Amino acid sequence: MAHFRLKDAVHENRLFRQRILTSAAVVLALTLALVARLVYLQIFGHEHYAMLARDNRVKIAPLPPTRGLIYDRHGRILAENVPVYSLEIVPEQVEDMEATLARLQRLLTVTPEEVTRFRQQLRRHRRFDSIPLKLHLSDDEVARFAARRPFFHGVDIHARLVRHYPYGELTSHVVGYVGSIDERELKRLDPTEYRGTTHIGKVGIERAYEGLLHGHTGYAEIETNARGRDLRVLREVTPRPGADLHLGLDIDLQRLAYEGLGEHNGAVVAIEPASGQVLALVSKPGFDPNAFVYGIHRQEYQALQRSPDRPLFDRTLRGRYPPGSTIKPFVGLAGLEYGVIDARREIFCPGYYQLPGVSHRYRDWKKWGHGQIDLKDAIAQSCDVYFYDLAHNLGIDRLHDFLDRFGFGRRTGIDLVGEKAGLLPSRDWKRKVFHQPWYPGETLIAGIGQGFLQVTPLQLARAVATLANRGRLVRPHVAAYQVSGERSVPLFPDPDEGRVALAPRHLRTIVDAMIAVVHGPRGTARRIAKDLDFLIAGKTGTAQVFTVKQDEEYRASKLARELHDHALFIAFAPVDHPKIAVAVIAEHAGHGGSVAAPIARRIILHHLRQP
Amino acid sequence: MNATLDTYSTQSRSLWLRLHIDPWLLGGLLALAGIGLLILYSAGGGNPVLVYKQAARLGLAFTVMLALAQVHPRTLYRWSPYLYAAGILLLVAVLGVGDVGKGARRWLDLGFVRFQPSEFVKIFTPMLVARFLAQQPLPPGLKTLAWAGLWIALPVLLIAKQPDLGTALLVATAGGAVVFYAGISWRLLAVLGGAVLAALPAVWMLLHDYQRDRVLMFLNPEQDPLGRGYHTIQAKIAIGSGGLRGKGWLGGTQSHLEFLPEPHTDFIFAVLAEEFGLIGCTALLGLYLFIVGRGMAMALEAQDTFSRLLCGGLALTFFVYVFVNVGMVIGLLPVVGVPLPLVSYGGTSMVTLLAGFGIMMSLHTHRKLVPS
Repeated sequence: MAHFRLKDAVHENRLFRQRILTSAAVVLALTLALVARLVYLQIFGHEHYAMLARDNRVKIAPLPPTRGLIYDRHGRILAENVPVYSLEIVPEQVEDMEATLARLQRLLTVTPEEVTRFRQQLRRHRRFDSIPLKLHLSDDEVARFAARRPFFHGVDIHARLVRHYPYGELTSHVVGYVGSIDERELKRLDPTEYRGTTHIGKVGIERAYEGLLHGHTGYAEIETNARGRDLRVLREVTPRPGADLHLGLDIDLQRLAYEGLGEHNGAVVAIEPASGQVLALVSKPGFDPNAFVYGIHRQEYQALQRSPDRPLFDRTLRGRYPPGSTIKPFVGLAGLEYGVIDARREIFCPGYYQLPGVSHRYRDWKKWGHGQIDLKDAIAQSCDVYFYDLAHNLGIDRLHDFLDRFGFGRRTGIDLVGEKAGLLPSRDWKRKVFHQPWYPGETLIAGIGQGFLQVTPLQLARAVATLANRGRLVRPHVAAYQVSGERSVPLFPDPDEGRVALAPRHLRTIVDAMIAVVHGPRGTARRIAKDLDFLIAGKTGTAQVFTVKQDEEYRASKLARELHDHALFIAFAPVDHPKIAVAVIAEHAGHGGSVAAPIARRIILHHLRQP
Repeated sequence: MNATLDTYSTQSRSLWLRLHIDPWLLGGLLALAGIGLLILYSAGGGNPVLVYKQAARLGLAFTVMLALAQVHPRTLYRWSPYLYAAGILLLVAVLGVGDVGKGARRWLDLGFVRFQPSEFVKIFTPMLVARFLAQQPLPPGLKTLAWAGLWIALPVLLIAKQPDLGTALLVATAGGAVVFYAGISWRLLAVLGGAVLAALPAVWMLLHDYQRDRVLMFLNPEQDPLGRGYHTIQAKIAIGSGGLRGKGWLGGTQSHLEFLPEPHTDFIFAVLAEEFGLIGCTALLGLYLFIVGRGMAMALEAQDTFSRLLCGGLALTFFVYVFVNVGMVIGLLPVVGVPLPLVSYGGTSMVTLLAGFGIMMSLHTHRKLVPS
């Protein structure tokens, strides 16, 4: 048995010594391996890991800038930032999001829409961002949550500055609104500038001047622990607030125009001719822009979209209307400039016009005709036959070229997004679009502002302003100057866009005719001349209905009204030193003199009576 | 003793001998404990309570060590089978009625004290194996080795069942070290090594999911940086960012800001690495080497087989502790729950460790009293 085998002490001793030495060598080697690894990490990897350590430790928290405010020309605030209490969740700190949401829904009135919106944002934001679940908590809700706050880890109430539009629907189109940044915008935006920013300008001034209004995002380097808990602020780069914008817009004119349209939908554009500043830009109906800031409810939005009144549609920039008789001063001027007519030439208006050798009768609005009539009376009384004849003699090419100089058929280049060009027809255009030649009859109806011709209210207003400027073209703009800190910078120091070469006496003839429209005994807008201590040059228009393209359902009850003509009126005043040029379109309001002209009068009066 | 040689140094040495204390070992261990408290203060975020508790444990553990040093090796030799048997029984008891903590059944609660029997087994197993092998002529024959293997496998399997892989590994190491020092042939060692490798797939099947995760994470920690690979990555960042000189005591940002999980227990080495850099790490490893080296030197001086096997085994096991912990923290080994000896915050394992050194001191200081 091995038990009784003799022990060889010397051999055992030597064996053990050998083993100890071997193990000592192994221990040494393994220790060297550890040291080698440490050298690798701490010497060669040091820079890399030091950088990682910094990233780990320091959370860069964006400090979104305060959005610039928007004022009207008299310093009244059109877009402000009001503090609201919002309920926000930091996803990283919430253990069970579903349970938390359910508990919050029991505690506060959180709508399914708000939950849906929250979930959408959840996907977009980083886990440690604070995401609003419910904006605009009532005092009662704030109190109710505050009492149970310890039981909601990761949920807190924040005071946020939220955009507010005190004038609501009055400024819905021109000032526009901000809304939550959507997926598409997110891709386009500078991620650094917009970190921490939740809203972005969607339409109107808010959109067009997004870059100025937004400002520059600052950030705080916050030391955090692994659980994302903030420990202290290491460094802070304060955000630079967005610039304040001062508009040329006068909210009083805006209101006068909006309310003046009464039951009618329509558009009103008023421009200061000298500067091109837009004084009023009204598209009616409007909507409450504030609803969009908080995230409009789906049904509410669909109602807006489906409404036959198209409240979301900006008529001033995008509405295309036949100008009707408001085009006549321009056509008349073309006749004079091209020498087709002179101011004294008279024609006979029997109530209709016939092209030579064609049996079709182009009718005048006055069935029994205007009789012998010259240019001035033809404008003052809006004789169609005179302009059928004039347009026929001018021909479409000259008509097109002349109207083109006033900017018809082209975008005005206003400082807003989404402007439409309207339509100034020509032979080329017709060939391109319809593959058809231009027919002479089409020239006739173009001459009275019907047919293919389409203008936007803004274009019309600018054309009037050009008359007021005696041919000087200006680029219209809503914003006047920006203020950042102490510095005030004009945005359009030089609005000039060239001039339309016009003989002063021709212009005088046309302006006299337009004065006669308002102040003449038989002028179509003579009713607004009462008690005026200055002269208004204007022109009424009645446009046969052009149905704005829309996918609304056919409704018999609305049909009658939709067959009514649009009422138009353009004007500038005072004639000798024009301070305002206006274009008014009241949809389906019948004759321009009765509905549109009084709105223009009210606006002009208010504007001129201001100090 | 020769009176002419009775100088101060020999006098003091004999004083140490009479107290059964090895001054080198004691000095090294005390230095280690001191450094440990220093790092712990930083790792615990400047919380003195952790340090007080740890200091109290150290006091207890050093007391146990010095007490054990007084026990004669003969007593240890005689008692080892009974202690071993008791340890096995306790392990079985744990599997039956033990307390569950962190998903494992490791503790035994006797009402007044709650402890891990596996800790005792770390000492009892090498003791028994050393005694068993010391009775045999060395190098051991196959049959002897088979028995020794069984004595080792029994507690290892019971502990692995808890499951506590780290401790099982350490117990196996302690037993294995004794077998190694007994002179197991290299050829057999190679065969055993091969068998272990061959058994790996089977072991893999037996592992719990979280254990497999740990191994997988070790192989590719970046795969799930915020989840299971988090420990390893964060530790690497802490260590790497320490650089050569470190960020200074209490200056480690990774550990203080709770990026590093368990900074005061298993991962405390990362705190040292971050705050004291490569220099500090190397110094600490040097101190460990010194202690291990002193243990091996003591084993060389031991006068009987039981003493030298046990002493060498304990010293080598101590090194394995260090190697596994540091290797795990610096990403050379998978994450297994092994504390950094005398530095990591924690109770039982420290007492066991110092008990081991107490035994080593006993084996060393009693040698002249052992009849030859």
